[in-house]
Amino acid sequence: MTTKETGLGSFLDETLKRHGDDPGRLVQILRDVQAQYGHVAQRAIEVLAERLDLPVGSVESTLDFYSFLTRQPTGAYRILFSDNITDRMLGNQAIFDHMARRLGVKRGEVTADGLASLDTTSCTGMCDQGPAILVNGMAITHMTLRRADQICELIRSKVPVAEWPSEFFRVDHNIRRADMLLGADFTSGSALRAAIEMGRDAYLAEVKRSNIRGRGGAGFTTGVKWEAARNAKGEARYIVCNADEGEPGTFKDRVLLQFYAERVFEGMALAAFVVGAKLGLVYLRGEYLYMKAGLEEKLAELRAARLLGRSILGVDGFDFDIEIHMGAGAYICGEETALIESLEGKAGRPRIRPPFPVTVGYKNQPTVVNNVETLCKATEIALHGGAWYEGFGTKQSTGTKILSVSGDVERPGIYEYPFGVRIAQVLEDAGAKNPRAVQISGAAGQCLTTREFGRRIAFEDVPTAGSFMVFGEHRDMFEVALNFAHFFQHESCGFCTPCRVGTTIQAKIMDKIAAGHGTQYEMNELQHLREVMRTASHCGLGQTAGAAIADTIARFREDYEKRLARRDFEPAFDLDAALARAREITGRDDADSRLLSDA
Amino acid sequence: MNDYDKFALDGRPIHFERGQSILEAALAAGVYIPNLCHHPEFKPHGSCKLCTVKVNGRFGSACTIKAMPGQEVASDTPELNGNRRVLLQMLFVEGNHFCPGCEKSGNCKLQALAYDLEMLTPHYSHFYPVREVDASHPDIVLDFNRCIMCELCVRASRDIDGKNVFALSGRGTESHVVVNCPSGKLGDTDFSLDDKAASVCPVGAILPKRVGFAVPIGERLYDVDPISAHPVAKAKEEV
Repeated sequence: MTTKETGLGSFLDETLKRHGDDPGRLVQILRDVQAQYGHVAQRAIEVLAERLDLPVGSVESTLDFYSFLTRQPTGAYRILFSDNITDRMLGNQAIFDHMARRLGVKRGEVTADGLASLDTTSCTGMCDQGPAILVNGMAITHMTLRRADQICELIRSKVPVAEWPSEFFRVDHNIRRADMLLGADFTSGSALRAAIEMGRDAYLAEVKRSNIRGRGGAGFTTGVKWEAARNAKGEARYIVCNADEGEPGTFKDRVLLQFYAERVFEGMALAAFVVGAKLGLVYLRGEYLYMKAGLEEKLAELRAARLLGRSILGVDGFDFDIEIHMGAGAYICGEETALIESLEGKAGRPRIRPPFPVTVGYKNQPTVVNNVETLCKATEIALHGGAWYEGFGTKQSTGTKILSVSGDVERPGIYEYPFGVRIAQVLEDAGAKNPRAVQISGAAGQCLTTREFGRRIAFEDVPTAGSFMVFGEHRDMFEVALNFAHFFQHESCGFCTPCRVGTTIQAKIMDKIAAGHGTQYEMNELQHLREVMRTASHCGLGQTAGAAIADTIARFREDYEKRLARRDFEPAFDLDAALARAREITGRDDADSRLLSDA
Repeated sequence: MNDYDKFALDGRPIHFERGQSILEAALAAGVYIPNLCHHPEFKPHGSCKLCTVKVNGRFGSACTIKAMPGQEVASDTPELNGNRRVLLQMLFVEGNHFCPGCEKSGNCKLQALAYDLEMLTPHYSHFYPVREVDASHPDIVLDFNRCIMCELCVRASRDIDGKNVFALSGRGTESHVVVNCPSGKLGDTDFSLDDKAASVCPVGAILPKRVGFAVPIGERLYDVDPISAHPVAKAKEEV
């Protein structure tokens, strides 16, 4: 064994020990190995498989699923550019190219000396302060050419990321409109005290009375979910906080976790109080690594204050604690059953539903999976009651909703409104400059045009998980749809045929149109493909992967048509260009060596 | 229809046992619903989506939806068969499928379904992925060019053979089956020709060596009758 391997052996020993040799923590363990070595070597895979008593293939299956985990070495400084459409609109491509030139590295490659690697990644949730990048997992906002130069210099001088100027890592909350949640004072423990005083049945009744619905997008009634988990048969029950905020353009959960963490954790404890759970798990997306230490500190404070741990607030038998699990770069893990698979250390492929997690969830036990915002709202109901809560919003969508507004607006950031707010109101408040379109609820959501700005944010009209991306009159909506097509191709988990293959075919067709080879034929193909993906896919990812394209074709057809060739069909490749190599080899360039176009 | 143990499939009453899926009940009743990743001996998987039907107007996989009294299930409709053809075309362009040179031809479920559903062309441009052939095992050859990611071999080796020889790895179009040992070669595992996993592949990705044209083309399983002809009999013959 070489010294390097000996080093690996003792590192793995320590890491495994820290994780209790628990195969369920495989994603966490692989993250640690990746952070230490910049990749997960074959030798590490073998050791982990042996020590965790897992087949090698299972370790590989998990490793190969997550974008932040790699078998090939990355640079000592791994730079990932957030590549959401909002980052692009803020000019991230020019900064990317600039850095690539300065570092002497191509996209997806490592410099010869192994110092730096450069690539893109899906939306990192910094759309209101982009363009954003991740360097060794840590978020850097407000990228400019100047900042890119500074970073290249720091890398060349091999300054550790921990010693880089702290303003690089500043993440602002940008709360522009606060309402009942963001604007209220909150004393840790007050909601739990109120619920304990009421008793768990009475508190559950209040939650049901409030008619609160999940904020993650699906809008399931929270009280019904909690009650189902409480009544389900099981040996243990779990509360999972879904903080895998991966929908492009969404960042409200980041703000809640960074600035309102005590409310999130107290909401989890309230859910545990009702359901009878002993353990809660926060599934924090890998992009939010910068928050982890602060959240751990907050948890320690809550334990010290007896708001977590054994006999919470002195109530015998009310034992509940919270662990933080990190994601590793997989949008699909926002889907609750994929998230649970990931929590169990596996690749995040969605399970067959039913059974739903409320009966068969984490470790096959009854599990409540709630969005970060939903859990915060649960504290409001404990403090003020269901009837009060129900007084806000609309009949079918009670309370307030937090929107993440980005794109072509003067004041991007966080806006909290009672449900039922008109889209035009949000646009006005955010200072939208001649908006042409709004993409609501992310790449999987819907694209609305000026005619629809009178519609309302509510489950019964325009539902949303929070993403609100605004496109000004000069924006090309084909570019938006193209960005989303590549996003879905990258993020499809690969489990079912229509999504695995369909998202790739869709992206290829969009590329073909972008290259000027598209015709009416491709337009029809896109619509047909969308129908097959929508009706046959296993989960929401594939079902919505063609939505933005269908919406933009319906509303902004001119953006596609200006790219179309005026023919019935155009091949995807240029026959004459394909012969260039042959001409070069044979040294010919006469007329007979060329295919004449029929133009 | 009010019977407590029947549902309607394309208007025909289908009897079911409690706990059966729509697909299981239909096949048991002798009515074929196209499927690839289904196998009577394994838990439903629901990944190929060939068995997508409409249940009371909503789309879903017949293999994962439990049969319930009074369901109105649509399966053999132009819309659903059209979508199935697209799914088959997707599988054909995703891998490298050269039927004329494949020993599985005539016994291949993918090919048989393509004939049965009248898939005339691959329609989409081929991906031409680079996939490995693994001939390291003395008795079995693995040709991942033909793999359709149904995970039947994964399930058979794990659940029946107790060997865990295969696993699905990767994500999206990078998804691929891996052999579960440090070298990644089948020859370095305890895989054997007698394993359930050796005979469960619906396509030609796992084939015994030294067998070629024992049954001539034209006389093979699906050469004689289309795959939809006798659903239950076919399932038994394959086992």
